[in-house]
Amino acid sequence: MSALDVRNLGMAYGGTPILERVNLSVAPGDFCTIVGASGCGKSTFLRLLLSQERPTRGQILLDGENLPPEPTPDRGIVFQRYSVFPHLSVEDNLILCAEFAAAPLTGRFFGAKRRAARATVDSLLEQIGLAHARKRCPAQLSGGMQQRLAIAQALMMKPKVLLLDEPFGALDPGIRADMHELLLKLWDEMKMTVFMVTHDIGEAFKLGTRVLVFDKIRHDPHDPSAYGATITYDLPLERKRHVQPPETINELIATSEEIPAHA
Amino acid sequence: MSTIENGAKPVAGVEHGPPPRHHPLRLINRAPSRRLAVFLGALPFVALVVAYTAASHVRRLDNPSDRLLPSLESIGAAFFRLATERDVRTGDITLWVDTFDSLTRLGLGLGVALAFALVLGIAIGFLPHIRSALAPFIAAVSLIPPITILPILFIALGLGETSKIALITLGTAPVMIRSMAQAVIDIPREQMVKVQTLGASTWQIVTRVVLPQMMPKLIAALRLALVPGWIFLISAEAIASTSGLGYRIFLVRRYLAMDVILSYVIWITILAYLLDRLLLWWSRSAFWWSHLEGDSL
Ligand SMILES: Nc1ncnc2c1ncn2[C@@H]1O[C@H](COP(=O)(O)OP(=O)(O)OP(=O)(O)O)[C@@H](O)[C@H]1O
Ligand SMILES: [Mg+2]
Repeated sequence: MSALDVRNLGMAYGGTPILERVNLSVAPGDFCTIVGASGCGKSTFLRLLLSQERPTRGQILLDGENLPPEPTPDRGIVFQRYSVFPHLSVEDNLILCAEFAAAPLTGRFFGAKRRAARATVDSLLEQIGLAHARKRCPAQLSGGMQQRLAIAQALMMKPKVLLLDEPFGALDPGIRADMHELLLKLWDEMKMTVFMVTHDIGEAFKLGTRVLVFDKIRHDPHDPSAYGATITYDLPLERKRHVQPPETINELIATSEEIPAHA
Repeated sequence: MSTIENGAKPVAGVEHGPPPRHHPLRLINRAPSRRLAVFLGALPFVALVVAYTAASHVRRLDNPSDRLLPSLESIGAAFFRLATERDVRTGDITLWVDTFDSLTRLGLGLGVALAFALVLGIAIGFLPHIRSALAPFIAAVSLIPPITILPILFIALGLGETSKIALITLGTAPVMIRSMAQAVIDIPREQMVKVQTLGASTWQIVTRVVLPQMMPKLIAALRLALVPGWIFLISAEAIASTSGLGYRIFLVRRYLAMDVILSYVIWITILAYLLDRLLLWWSRSAFWWSHLEGDSL
């Protein structure tokens, strides 16, 4: 059974179509990377998968059922910025969801319970390399450290689907490679389905088991905003095959003409 | 290039290119040293005291019993008298009773305003239905000049403490509510979505994400509200009161007692300054995470 089914999805803002006729079926554990021109609707697609917004047309099924109408713990999210809480230390950012689950009224642990909860994230902190910074708050972390925290925090709820919107866009190439390792390791362990938007084609090919290209297929030369974008190429990748990643989206599209598109 | 004396040779490997030119730094990149900063900070105060002393001296040369610009010593003496001697009629030490009464009114007025700002500000900023219902109303109310309500308050609530406290509350609450609501709205959307994916209920979002992030903003709003708060306090006390700092100033005005007036003005200024610093210190120590970026005055 597929983890996620997108059927004839359409999204318009104030009459301007952004996405149209998006059809997609994703197996559990797929790592889908999403590329496409700026402004073509990639973040919009993630927002729809997250129920942050409702589609104007079509439906999204998660494990065969309609998506809940608001964000829920079965779908985790990492944004490019602002996804961690600035007033909480690193460790308190991580125990937050446990506090929500255990204390409906106060949403918080006290005393010995809190110490115990903080101790449960020891190994995770070690894994994401933030053990030495556990008492710091996000403003005292580098961009890479903040994103590691954001990923770890999103995974605390063990979501079925993890959504990442350009999570490493602001990081330098060295740190980015470390983050790729971390993400692949966590994905291997937890087997969740991943959707990751990126502008880096190399990253898309390195991480994904499937690369989705968003673009417009219909164009009205007199009115560029008349039609929305859809998934124009859907490339399954064998991770072991080491496909040489194309340099640009255009090159990707040119070479993918030979690979049969996957509907 | 300078001549080399005493037969000393130039050190091997040292380049003798033109010396690096030091452009004068832009003013925005030059900060005073700590000592200079203290000195510069003290300068306007010293200048004011010197100018006052000179003016007072000149006037008293003309007329030794001049009351308009009393000497610093007589201001000090008046302050000392008010702060230590018991009033013959009431048996109280005037300055402390006045200070206590005024600070009580200010504290109660601002405290109620603070509670309104917290509850209504968060509700308006956070819940779309309440925003639709209350935001336009608060915006309109905040434009009523509060002092025009004072007669209404006196008529409705009498001349007692309640009307004075109500004036301070009504004068400061609307602006505080608005700035709180705006601060809630300014919390990045990403955080609100993220916390929902962590399974939080609306109540948990308010108590664990919104409220803690509002606290430093609330203190900042309170610091700003202190200014109008003092104005409304002094005005209400001047018009209808039998104690308080404002009452005293307007009482002794009839006798042209500038020494008392000036020592009260200085005292009020010191109190207001200390309150402001206290709030800043509270914010910095309890909510240090919000002071990591940028300077604050
Ligand atoms: N709330 C909104 N109201 C109106 N238009 C919107 C809204 N959000 C996004 N859009 C429009 O939808 C289009 C797609 O936006 P989206 O953020 O999904 O692009 P994107 O593919 O993620 O771009 P980028 O790669 O630059 O992040 C843009 O043209 C944008 O102007
Ligand atoms: Mg985007």
